[in-house]
Amino acid sequence: MGEIIRLENIVKSFYIGQPNELEILHGINMSVNEGEFVSIVGPSGSGKSTLMNLIGVLDRPTRGSYYLDGIDVEKAKDDELSDIRNRKIGFVFQTYNLIAKTNAIKNVELPMLYAGVSGSERRKKAERLMEMVEMSDRCKHLPEELSGGQKQRVAIARAMANDPAIILADEPTGALDSKTGRLVMDLFHKLNEEQGKTIVLITHSRELSEETDRILSLKDGNIVSEDIRRDRN
Amino acid sequence: MLIAENILLALNSIMSNKMRAFLTMLGIIIGIGSVISILTVGNSLTLTIEDNMQSMGSKDVYVAVTPKNSNGKAESAIDGVKYPESEASRKDMADSDYITGDMIKDMSDKFKEQIYAVNVSEQVGAGTAAYGSKDTNISVTGVSAGYFLTNSVEIKGGRMIGASDFSNVRNVCLVEQSLVDDLFDGKVDNALGREVEFDIEDAKTTTFTIVGVYERVENPGMGSMSSMMELFSGGSKVYIPLKAGKQMTGSKDLYSTFRVSTTVGVDTEQFANELTNYFKPYYSGNPNFQVQAITFEGMLSSLTSIIDTVTLGISIIAGIALLVGGIGVMNIMLVSVTERTREIGTRKALGARNSSIRIQFLIEAMIICLIGGIIGLILGLIGGSLLSALLGYPATPSIPGVIFSLLFSMGIGLAFGYFPADKAAKMNPIDALRYE
Repeated sequence: MGEIIRLENIVKSFYIGQPNELEILHGINMSVNEGEFVSIVGPSGSGKSTLMNLIGVLDRPTRGSYYLDGIDVEKAKDDELSDIRNRKIGFVFQTYNLIAKTNAIKNVELPMLYAGVSGSERRKKAERLMEMVEMSDRCKHLPEELSGGQKQRVAIARAMANDPAIILADEPTGALDSKTGRLVMDLFHKLNEEQGKTIVLITHSRELSEETDRILSLKDGNIVSEDIRRDRN
Repeated sequence: MLIAENILLALNSIMSNKMRAFLTMLGIIIGIGSVISILTVGNSLTLTIEDNMQSMGSKDVYVAVTPKNSNGKAESAIDGVKYPESEASRKDMADSDYITGDMIKDMSDKFKEQIYAVNVSEQVGAGTAAYGSKDTNISVTGVSAGYFLTNSVEIKGGRMIGASDFSNVRNVCLVEQSLVDDLFDGKVDNALGREVEFDIEDAKTTTFTIVGVYERVENPGMGSMSSMMELFSGGSKVYIPLKAGKQMTGSKDLYSTFRVSTTVGVDTEQFANELTNYFKPYYSGNPNFQVQAITFEGMLSSLTSIIDTVTLGISIIAGIALLVGGIGVMNIMLVSVTERTREIGTRKALGARNSSIRIQFLIEAMIICLIGGIIGLILGLIGGSLLSALLGYPATPSIPGVIFSLLFSMGIGLAFGYFPADKAAKMNPIDALRYE
């Protein structure tokens, strides 16, 4: 299986050139293989979020190179980064981030809309995805009419809309109780096992990370340990 | 992303915040509404005047005594269109400043070839006409023999005031149907030949014989200007021979304005100049007044240009209202962008390009302005029609005005929506996602 994510000596600094310049990541080297379920753990302030922003190409590294599905992200222009986010990455946020006043199925259609998929095709695909997350009966519901777990399932369906290379989940169960959190984790396992989706889970929970194939521990901007739980090769 | 999707998105967003959207639109509604109503009135006015120019004597030349110090603009004192400066100075006119009947007669003789009819009319005054125990309000106009050659009145019964009536100064009159309605139960035959007593303020009470009944031809534009005056004076309009009117009021054979209709083929502009020059010797020694002749066309074009100027002036004021409305739109769009920071961040994370975000907010601003513009347009058309109707003109909406105002309102959305939309587009996705 090929590498889908490759980070080489990634350094990220903020306030560059100012007296309060701050280096958050000090040369991260890591890679993720296709079909892997990887977790990145670490206490708050360890640089998890910064790393996630870089992996999700929401931000650019100060130094170092990042290859996503073979694309050199460093060389991409802003619009190309948008397209990479659109087609290669499926985001799942702790706070769901569904678009308000827009019903569930339209939320799922959104990434396809930005990808230029035609209306009827969008609707067909979105219906299939809603079925996959067992939310078919809630298609026309507005986000505010859904429970936290339901919202997160819609968000996962949305993340899958453009068949991304990876799913990037940032504390996806952080705002859920343990029972619904379990359902969401099961959904990730299902996507990983049945569809071979690569999943990068960012969490501060040791317990959740132990379900994944490999745990990368982040501390003070460095990867301090790598724990392979299950070798897929 | 398709424009149609963005329009749906914008409508969705507007519908979810109806009150705010409406208040935002208000400035645009008021701005566009006033532009459209004023354009409608202006357009109606101009069109009816142009219409009249064709139906009425565009070949006519107006001759008037005008003050020498009023920039020499003859048109400012002609036929009811009086302006404060000339009106004030007209009051100061002495007998020697007027055009005499003899001067008009001499002029008619001199320009026999060019003149088709000389048309002098003079308000005798308003008062009552009595027959038996009944009476009704009237306004009496003394007219010259040439009057009916150039002013069409529709005779319903009887005859016109004839040439011998004029030359013998007979006390005969041509009355309006409404007088017959009031005094003779509407029966024209009963009215003809009857003697009616005219009691006019500041004039000798005189008995006139009805020789004809006419129906007022609704003649909007110039006509309705005088018919509006009659509305104020109240009553039916009655025509009597000019000299009979003079006898009633006891005034001298003096005139401040009259109208000349030219024969076919006469260059009216040139003829007007000739008339102006003709009267010059009479007034060369007069320090205050002169006589000027101007064509109907020249008068109309100056009238239309006045209307255009007024329209433009009010449109500029309305434009300022639109500007304020536009600033309101910008303000609300900025609030909306800030409120939806997280949404913008999410959209960017899902793959929206900066341009998609910019277009989304631009279209939203344009839709708000367009809806405001359409509401304003409808209100403006209603308002303009009512105003035109009130003034007695058929309402004619200005089509270029309608198209322009719709485009303009979208333009406002574009201009004032751009800054907020650009702000949204340039948001950093990370900051936007973390925004609380």
